[in-house]
Amino acid sequence: MTQEHILEMQNISKSFPGVQALDNVTLKLKPGTVHALVGENGAGKSTLMKCLFGLYTPDKGHIILDGKTVEFKTAKDAIENGISMIHQELQPIPHRSVMENIWLGRFPTKKIIGISSVDHKKMYKDTKTLMEELKIDINPTTLVSKLSVSQIQAVEIAKAVSYKSKIIIMDEPTSSLTENEVENLFRIIKDLKAHGVAIIYISHKIEEILEIADEVTIMRDGKKIGTWPVQELTIDTIITKMVGRELTHRFPPRKSIPGETIMKVEDLTSINPRSFKNVTFDLKRGEVLGIGGLVGAQRTELVEAIFGIRNISKGKIYIKGQEVTIKHPFDAKQKGLALLTEDRRSTGIFPMLSVEENVLIAALHKYLKLNFIVDKKTSSEAVKAAVEKLQIKTPSIKTQIQYLSGGNQQKAIFSRWLLTEPEILILDEPTRGIDVGAKYEIYTIITDLTRQGKSIIMISSEMPELIGMSDRIMVMCEGKVSGFIDGKRANQETIMKYATQFA
Amino acid sequence: MASTNTKPKTKPSLQTSELKAILSNNAIYMVLLILFLTIGILNKNFLSLSNIGNILRISSVRMIIALGVSGALITRGTDLSAGRVVALTACISASLLQRPDYAYKIYENLPNLPIILPILLAILIGTIIGIINGSIVAYLKVPAFIATLGMQVIVYGFACIYTNAQPIGGLRDDFTNLASGSIFLIPNLVLIAAIIVAVIWFMYNHTQFGKYIYAIGGNPSAAEVSGVKVEPTLVKVYALAGGLYGLAGALLAARTGGATNNYGLMYELDAIAACTIGGVSTSGGIGRVSGIITGVLIFEVLSNGLVILGVSAYWQQVIKGIIIITAVAFDIRKYFAKR
Repeated sequence: MTQEHILEMQNISKSFPGVQALDNVTLKLKPGTVHALVGENGAGKSTLMKCLFGLYTPDKGHIILDGKTVEFKTAKDAIENGISMIHQELQPIPHRSVMENIWLGRFPTKKIIGISSVDHKKMYKDTKTLMEELKIDINPTTLVSKLSVSQIQAVEIAKAVSYKSKIIIMDEPTSSLTENEVENLFRIIKDLKAHGVAIIYISHKIEEILEIADEVTIMRDGKKIGTWPVQELTIDTIITKMVGRELTHRFPPRKSIPGETIMKVEDLTSINPRSFKNVTFDLKRGEVLGIGGLVGAQRTELVEAIFGIRNISKGKIYIKGQEVTIKHPFDAKQKGLALLTEDRRSTGIFPMLSVEENVLIAALHKYLKLNFIVDKKTSSEAVKAAVEKLQIKTPSIKTQIQYLSGGNQQKAIFSRWLLTEPEILILDEPTRGIDVGAKYEIYTIITDLTRQGKSIIMISSEMPELIGMSDRIMVMCEGKVSGFIDGKRANQETIMKYATQFA
Repeated sequence: MASTNTKPKTKPSLQTSELKAILSNNAIYMVLLILFLTIGILNKNFLSLSNIGNILRISSVRMIIALGVSGALITRGTDLSAGRVVALTACISASLLQRPDYAYKIYENLPNLPIILPILLAILIGTIIGIINGSIVAYLKVPAFIATLGMQVIVYGFACIYTNAQPIGGLRDDFTNLASGSIFLIPNLVLIAAIIVAVIWFMYNHTQFGKYIYAIGGNPSAAEVSGVKVEPTLVKVYALAGGLYGLAGALLAARTGGATNNYGLMYELDAIAACTIGGVSTSGGIGRVSGIITGVLIFEVLSNGLVILGVSAYWQQVIKGIIIITAVAFDIRKYFAKR
């Protein structure tokens, strides 16, 4: 074997009861390159990475690292052999400092009166050097809980580098980053490349892959479809290969005729002085109002305040001309509002409960006998109809929702709110962490809803989505509305201009 | 189910974990059966009708307490005040149902009250304590462990003040008969426990309140966002628990023919342990009434069996402790397997 490849995963197969998760997959990685791994959820990307990272043992095939066949029993083995993984959900220890997070488990030590103790000075110096090398501007003693998501990610990358990793796996690294932060990440990645580090880059965002990757491996249903140099690929060819079918449009065709004003928000201001202030907008029947902005623009805070989760210091909300007071999601629900939150896992799903219970929870009051007994017959029928309508893929409505894919979980939460028959749906990053096929389905649902006269407020950090789906885009910057853009005339530049207006 | 799913997208962990779940759900019934038979083979007296009746009577009171605690556990809380609330309400109900001719009556000139009044009073007092517990947990956001630990100490104080640390005896026969009597060979206590079990089962599985309990336990933030009023629901959970302790207290007084301020010691821990053995997850959101029943029975069969087999009281403690830890260790395993 030549040294052309730092890593060769050869003919890897892995099956679980009832499913062939990986079928004879080969992946070759060159040092100093970014190798993108793409495929729909369930295509086998994570399973493959878990095999590499020592979390799963492959049934067949072997892994050759730097010319030697290796077999990792644990993630620790993998890390010590120069493989690091930046997870989709970063898990630092919040109330400890940056440097303690980086060197955890291998603190530099010194002897004080013969007793081995942590050498904080050396740790600080090492961290400082590391950060300077990567041009990351974070103080080693800052508490991790004070950092933004992108800063935490930078810390994780620094940690990987500190292990002298030759291979860094990045799983959806940009899923919660703003465009600026993505740029910063890409700068770090290019730096790492220059140092000969190979990066396996998993992402659903195809534009990004075209920008950063050198090679692209596409997977589908546990099989490798192929590996191509990035120059040979376009968005369309990648999507076609991923999905295995032609996706002619990324967004469903929609012809919207927004009707009369259904909701009006006036001068809404948070009780937190650093959050949103003086927000005024209106929403028309059948309209999709996109909300754009950078992370930190307080978009989520705004919609959560409208929904009664956060408090306001002043401002008014009118629905159908009537002023309403919303102090709790319960009130919001009664006024015909629905909210699909940004973070499906922490505020959306009930992981251990069944799909049925997850779908029913917000509309239980509609399926009661004697005002307190749940009518199993009518409620089950409603859930089955909802599952059918949105084509939620689940073995049964009794299946725990945690076993569904992200896209299907999201569709279940859509069903949950549709059962309450809302007039206005607020969607906070509705397609985050969802594969291309499921995204299209979500867009179709949104389009269908507007056709039925429902109104949508949609926060999105994905520019193409924002532009492709919105009738109007409200851009926020540092808690204030910085402008409205007509959906048809919107482009990334104008949105960015507004989004950074006060910055 | 409604899918046009052509791909085997089902996650691999699904079947195995469901199989595991089925196994571990039925495992506790097997354990109970094995325990029952083993002790029975080792000592014939264990299987005698009177002993089994005894186990069932003791279990009945414990069952009511465990069902109370289970609501708190499912909503990610706990209730350490249970045992002491049982003691206080046992003392109060006992003090109101002493024989007219008994020498050391708490209330000298008390008329002959109908039994139901002191029992209702016990339930009421338990409920009030529960409402306070629930409000502290729900609105003041004090962790349930601390809130109910504080309440445990407070209630013990009140029990001591109320009884002046003197035992209350000489209970009226009509009251003690409530516990010792039976209808068609079924002990009254078992009947009462069965009714409570049925009510709680119905509540947990068929009412909006029950669905909300599991939702809050499964993910409190998601419940809130879904429009569930989390705080009032929690208050109801603890109030219900308190009411059940009150009932259990009155029944305990009737069963034992008296009460002291030291009743109910560690009952909450036994109840929590029984729930956990029965599959109520310590991390919330999971728990079935059938499991709780089995958990309590396992615990009581074991206690009774160890006595009958002549195991020393000290060793009994050691064995019970090991069982609790083992049960929780298994419970946590189940949770790991799902990741």
